[in-house]
Amino acid sequence: MRRRAAGAGLVFLLPALVLFGYFAWWPIVQSAILAFQRTNLVDAAEWVGWANFEQLFADPLLPTAALNTLWFTALSMLIGLPLPLLVAVAMSELRRGGALARVLAYLPVVIPPVVSVLLWKVFFAPGENGVVNAALGLVGLGPFPWLQSPELAMPSLVVVATWSGAGTAILIYLAALTGVATELYEAAELDGASVWRRIWHVTLPQMRGVILVLLLLQIIGALQVFTEPYVMTDGGPANATVTVLLMIYRYAFLFGNFGVASALSILLALVLVVVSAVYLRLTRSWSSS
Amino acid sequence: MTAPAARDRRILSPHDWGRRATRYGWRGIHTALFAGLVLLGALPLVWMVRAAVSTTTDLVQRPLALWPDPAMWSNIADAWNLLGIGQYLWNTVWLVAGSWIVQLIVATTAGFALAVVRPWYGRYVYGALLVTLFVPGTVTLIALYLTVLDLPGLGISIADTPWAVWLPAGAHAFNILLAKQFFDAIPRELFEAAQVDGAGWFTIFRRIVLPMSKPILAVISLLSIMTAWKDFLWPLIVLTDPALQPLSVALPRLAQNTDPAYLIAGLLIASVPPIVVFLVFQRQIVSGIGFTGLK
Repeated sequence: MRRRAAGAGLVFLLPALVLFGYFAWWPIVQSAILAFQRTNLVDAAEWVGWANFEQLFADPLLPTAALNTLWFTALSMLIGLPLPLLVAVAMSELRRGGALARVLAYLPVVIPPVVSVLLWKVFFAPGENGVVNAALGLVGLGPFPWLQSPELAMPSLVVVATWSGAGTAILIYLAALTGVATELYEAAELDGASVWRRIWHVTLPQMRGVILVLLLLQIIGALQVFTEPYVMTDGGPANATVTVLLMIYRYAFLFGNFGVASALSILLALVLVVVSAVYLRLTRSWSSS
Repeated sequence: MTAPAARDRRILSPHDWGRRATRYGWRGIHTALFAGLVLLGALPLVWMVRAAVSTTTDLVQRPLALWPDPAMWSNIADAWNLLGIGQYLWNTVWLVAGSWIVQLIVATTAGFALAVVRPWYGRYVYGALLVTLFVPGTVTLIALYLTVLDLPGLGISIADTPWAVWLPAGAHAFNILLAKQFFDAIPRELFEAAQVDGAGWFTIFRRIVLPMSKPILAVISLLSIMTAWKDFLWPLIVLTDPALQPLSVALPRLAQNTDPAYLIAGLLIASVPPIVVFLVFQRQIVSGIGFTGLK
């Protein structure tokens, strides 16, 4: 019986083993190898030691890309973390229209990212006839050169990324909010706790696990931002929106230098691992205190 | 996920709602909430519809208007013909359909092997599958591209074929995790009884497990279809032949030298299918997000 199960198991696992072998496990191994090779698809790959990393660190764009990516991530957290939480708490208290509110909140997520980026590129058109500028003009602001100015370009990309991503976070928070035990609210109310104190002392502590997981996922996602800078600004103006992933893309598919692109991928992977490890460590010490 | 019975009371109690200041305060908050949701969730899409059937002059002169003047319904057909939207839309559907089928096959067979057949090495395979969830796709992007260009051991390239999108889509461990957890909850007595009756593993898979798993198959289907429809970076890299590209890859290229109104008509055409799928399957999708909520 056991032997037959082993054979039958293998038959059913075959599709997964083949596809994961080719398209998940092998690329993971291959990434580390490629970083130390020179590959241009024409000549045979050759080992070059740390040369790819040396070339990468000599590139003056690297610090710019790293700082831009960190700036994008920081800005995304600034609005992308509290906003969905506030919206979800307000939505969970709706007595009517909850389903409609969920649909409206999630609609932007349904739009393909490329479509939302191209649509917002139109919204952010410069001059007073751009949609965003015209709307701000109604209250006497602007016009602003959104994507044309090195200072405003990155915040504009963050607005688009948040617009397309916040709906998922809102729905996850809403699901978590229904899990908060109502007895705790009753007990807090009997003790005379106001609504705000109940949110602060009952809701948020109970949500802490979900909030922390989403925060980590958002940070990891933001560090890999690509579509917004690639389609909306192509890294400009004046390299203000060149991100790490855009640099990887350019090294590989513009310059055909897959070795340096892989070296940068490895560095990005290391940063992501360190972020996750530090984060898990910090959250463990917070939750135990 | 959202149990209606538990809706009676959340943070606010009936007593709170009975208090004037609280009631008006929260009504204010909820009015602002809906205003914000309409402004950000609906208006950009309404504007997209309007812009798709507007003249470019109208767009420039009245950027905030929600009704076109004059209404250019021919824009949609013109964009369809001039930009080749029909071909790109068909490419998208073809890529999404293949990715969906591959993901369903891999998730159900692997989930069945791990949850029902349970060979002795199952937990090692499961561990090896889950490890891939911790390696973001963008990190192995270059190596994956080179793998697709030259499949190790086979020496063939699947770049610039639909297989380059379909097959890597199957290596998605989250689907297997969902399927396995669902199959784990099916009572084992069912399988044992079927085996006594002489049923083999394949019969159990096809006659018992799959018919009982419609809810999770629906969730995996919706998640995989929506993800495939939204995909951009991977098809951009592996499908350099415009004749094969999905809308998401073609649109930014077309955007460079196309009349804005036509381009927005193209954006609208790319958005309508996912919006319709979402509105029809709204309930399942919302609960699917609940599944991804990592509880």
